[in-house]
Amino acid sequence: MKLNLASSPHLRAKRDTSQVMRLVLYAMLPGIACQVVFFGWGVIIQAFLAVATALATEAAILSLRNKQVKRNLSDYSAVLTACLLAVSIPPTLPWWMTVTGTFFAIAIVKQLYGGLGYNLFNPAMVAYVVLLVSFPAAMTQWLPPEGVRATALSFTDTLSLIFTGYTQTGLDVTQIRDVADGMTSATPLDQVKTGLTRSSTYSELLASPIYDGGLFDSGAAGWSWVSAAWALGGLALWRLKVISWHIPGSMIASVALCALFFHLLNQDIYASPVFHLINGSVLFGAFFIATDPVSASTTARGRIVFGALIGFWIVIIRTFGGYPDAVAFAVIIMNMAVPLIDYYTRPRTYGHPRGKA
Amino acid sequence: MFPVYEEVLARLDKGQLSSFPGGVHPEGHKGLSNQTQIVDLPLAKEYVVPVRQHIGTEGTLLVRPGDKVLKGQPLTQSSQPFSVPVHAPTSGTIAGIAQHVTAHPSGLDELCVTLKADGHDTWYPLSPCPDYAKVEKVSLTEKLCDAGISGMGGAGFPSHIKVTTNKPVEFLIINGVECEPYITSDDRLMREHADGIMAGIEILVHLLSPKCVVIAIEDNKPEAIRVLSKQVETLPHIRVATVETKYPAGGEKQLIQVVTGREVPRKGLPLDVGVTMFNVGTCFAVAQAIIEGKPLVERIVTVTGQAVKRPGNYRVRLGTPVNHVLSQAGYLGEKQTTPQVIMGGPMMGFTLNDAAVPVVKTTNCLLVPATGELTNGDDERACIRCSACADACPATLLPQQLYWHSKAKEYDKAQEYNLFDCIECGACAYVCPSEIPLVHYYRKAKADIRLELDEKAKADKAKERFEARKARLEREKEEREAKHRKAKEARLAAAAQPATDAPASQSSDTAPKDKVAAALARAKARKAAAQKAEAQPETAPAPQEEAPAANDKKAAVAAAIARAKAKKAAQNATPPADSADAAPAPEGETDNKKAAVAAAIARAKAKKAAQNATPPADSADAAPAPEGETDNKKAAVAAAIARAKAKKAAREAQQSADDNSEKPPVQTEPAQPEPAQKEPEATQSSPAAPSAEEARKARIAAAVAKAKAKKAAKDNDGAPEQAAKTGTGAQETTDKPDADKQTDAQADSDTVQKKADPADEKKARIAAAVAKAKAKKAARDNGNND
Repeated sequence: MKLNLASSPHLRAKRDTSQVMRLVLYAMLPGIACQVVFFGWGVIIQAFLAVATALATEAAILSLRNKQVKRNLSDYSAVLTACLLAVSIPPTLPWWMTVTGTFFAIAIVKQLYGGLGYNLFNPAMVAYVVLLVSFPAAMTQWLPPEGVRATALSFTDTLSLIFTGYTQTGLDVTQIRDVADGMTSATPLDQVKTGLTRSSTYSELLASPIYDGGLFDSGAAGWSWVSAAWALGGLALWRLKVISWHIPGSMIASVALCALFFHLLNQDIYASPVFHLINGSVLFGAFFIATDPVSASTTARGRIVFGALIGFWIVIIRTFGGYPDAVAFAVIIMNMAVPLIDYYTRPRTYGHPRGKA
Repeated sequence: MFPVYEEVLARLDKGQLSSFPGGVHPEGHKGLSNQTQIVDLPLAKEYVVPVRQHIGTEGTLLVRPGDKVLKGQPLTQSSQPFSVPVHAPTSGTIAGIAQHVTAHPSGLDELCVTLKADGHDTWYPLSPCPDYAKVEKVSLTEKLCDAGISGMGGAGFPSHIKVTTNKPVEFLIINGVECEPYITSDDRLMREHADGIMAGIEILVHLLSPKCVVIAIEDNKPEAIRVLSKQVETLPHIRVATVETKYPAGGEKQLIQVVTGREVPRKGLPLDVGVTMFNVGTCFAVAQAIIEGKPLVERIVTVTGQAVKRPGNYRVRLGTPVNHVLSQAGYLGEKQTTPQVIMGGPMMGFTLNDAAVPVVKTTNCLLVPATGELTNGDDERACIRCSACADACPATLLPQQLYWHSKAKEYDKAQEYNLFDCIECGACAYVCPSEIPLVHYYRKAKADIRLELDEKAKADKAKERFEARKARLEREKEEREAKHRKAKEARLAAAAQPATDAPASQSSDTAPKDKVAAALARAKARKAAAQKAEAQPETAPAPQEEAPAANDKKAAVAAAIARAKAKKAAQNATPPADSADAAPAPEGETDNKKAAVAAAIARAKAKKAAQNATPPADSADAAPAPEGETDNKKAAVAAAIARAKAKKAAREAQQSADDNSEKPPVQTEPAQPEPAQKEPEATQSSPAAPSAEEARKARIAAAVAKAKAKKAAKDNDGAPEQAAKTGTGAQETTDKPDADKQTDAQADSDTVQKKADPADEKKARIAAAVAKAKAKKAARDNGNND
């Protein structure tokens, strides 16, 4: 009888890589839904655009690299990267920017480094930063949330806006961003940042209409709900043991502590911890970006350091830097530090003396 | 952090156990096989018993093909402390002893005894020992060894080694955890043979005297926990600990951590933290071996998986081929698209390459999965560094880094990440979402590293040898150079001496010696000339005869004295009255003449000897070839003597011819006490002839001596030169011949004629041979060294 040989273990947990990626995608659903509610169909259109670009790019490069295209595409990692980028960019971003960004994420940041598992940086975040640096105006033109906005935007209007730059009625993005009273709306972070430079106080700025209807006092309408939705999806991932608590936990705590430190120094010019947490993409970044296994630290202690330092950089850049939000920058900075962190946070192996790896 | 005994005990009493990091929770599948009682597997027709079934070396075979054996009869003998014997699983005939495929992950062939069962299953005479407490511990240990008991959990460590320890045992942990999915053999054993296990534990307690015994059982075996808890109710020193079900809680290191909170130090043993551990199956076997005297010939094997009709636990004889077990359990071939049998559990077991493999002492399970039953994904993808493996690792390693470095063959890095602390439990590979066969990579890396180390050790040894040789060569070279330098200095000094004070050297250094030699030579020549006829035949058969030499000396001295006297007398011009034998008239004259002649000869000889003596000292290296020098010198001296003698003899002969028979007493020296008696005879017997005949004889002798000297010089010259060239210090070997020669030298020069050519020649030849051999050896050494 000829017997089949195999290496132990002969038993495997049923969760594989594509399952992990799909679970993350499912966990993004509440956040995406929330974005659609507050910012319109643009998110969905951008997501499709990005996913299509990502798959095409990945397939092209895989075949150039003589890899199995279908097998590698089925791991959903490209889809996930595309979705992460799509929810980070303004929903009405011109289509070619989205395509360029996604192409950059997949081709340059991921595949040129060796494909899945070999990239040093988070592809979505690098693409975001590239777009932000290349097209700063377009990348900051977020629509005001639904309800604050004067003009309603239908699906076809959005589609037309993304692909032609104008809605079917001939309005461009700048016109749509005009709020009812004729003042151009910015994101809450943007608003506060510019406001503070115009020597308004933090509390004055919070009185702005866009903060009405927020989840908390200092939460902008829509944004705080979106953040809450991301947190919900993230907690689900934690419950499903797709991610561990270390990175989100330490990152959120770090943002809160750093913000608190500055807020206590001067409440007029430094935003409160709650403001920092629920505005911008801190919670999204904490659960979906910083936890990217490939580019994050791999040891338990290392993850805490990794998350904490991302939080630190977010507050520093938001407060003292030129950009209103800083999650992408902070993540990229810490991606670079991962090998170092991993090396110095190796756990003590069983039976080894304490204090030694 | 090292929990002391009391601390651990307090926690055990509270039912609090520590945990180990990581671990996984695979589905148990234990219900498949633990519902039914243990069944005796029907006898097979043939058994294949591997000679080696445990860690360590095999014993020596006791049986030969054709031998009839009984069940439990030892087939091998424990020859080393690390070996335990194997026994016949049933009665029958030894059909053969040959290589046979065995239970080995690599499917290696090992030496096996094939036994044809006779079906009677008759026991070999047993020696039960129920009162083991009264027996010495040493003999109990011996009994354990003779019964072939080795660990039945995993590695199969010989139990008798474990029970002989000098270190204090605080905790004796009985491992009933059985954390691998599917396996239920220990579970069933605990349920059905708790008393046997308890008896075994008591024996181990007797042998090890631990402070505390803990029977650890996973909480997925409530029945076993219940049965054993009941057993220990009346035994305060034994307690049952319920362990949380988590793979690999049954690993030795992990269970120690769970029960005591202690960690076995790296490269250490459980005993280093006061713990020793036995599997429940081993305990049962110990009880069988001691109390009933039954050696280990069978064990409980879980036969399970959806591809067998009757999964369950079977009492299987060791050596039973797996296909016999499977056929008895009802193997369902149609359920497997590719046949596969796993020996051991699904996590750490290995696939068999042949169903003819026999069951051995460590076989706890035969898993025959139906297709799709085990999720054995082999769809390996890229590592996404999710570190699920690190979270699962019970040894707190970083499997993703180990994998990374193992795959890249960066083995130094892999070792830096403590590759060798991996227990290959498979938890990392179990959780890996990319389905990477991590353990496989580690095994390969470990094997490669071991191979590398082996090769490195070999290379190191070779290097060591090479360096030692180089040092030796260097040293020898230095010695040689030093010798050469010394020799050169000596040569230069020797060359400088004759150049600066050539005349002085004659008188200073060589003169006294030469004077003596001359005197001796004179005396000898005279004597020789007189007595050659008798002496030669006399000494030829007995060359080693030393007495004549001494006599000669004496005679020579006497002659010298006589000569001196004669000279004086001649000077005084008074005819010597005391020369009774000789004719008075011519005596004075001849004496005078003779004395003058002798003096002249002596001078000439001295000159010549000096000449002869100096060149060898110049040409031959004094230090490396002292023997050559002496030989040369000797030869030269001998030659000189011979020449002188020949000259003298010729002159004498002429003289005597001139004088003719008128002066026959001329030959007879005035004072030759000993040969004096013979001489007259010689002269008397042939009064006219002697002079002519003697001259001829002397000439012949001279020629012979010359030839000898030449030959000796040639032989000796050649050898020492060679020796000097190759330059090995052959001093120690020359020591003896040297000494010989020194002692001989005198006798030699004394008895050049008398003490015969054969001896001298022999000596010269020996010396030459020695020198040649030495030269050859030196040449060979040099050749080797280069």
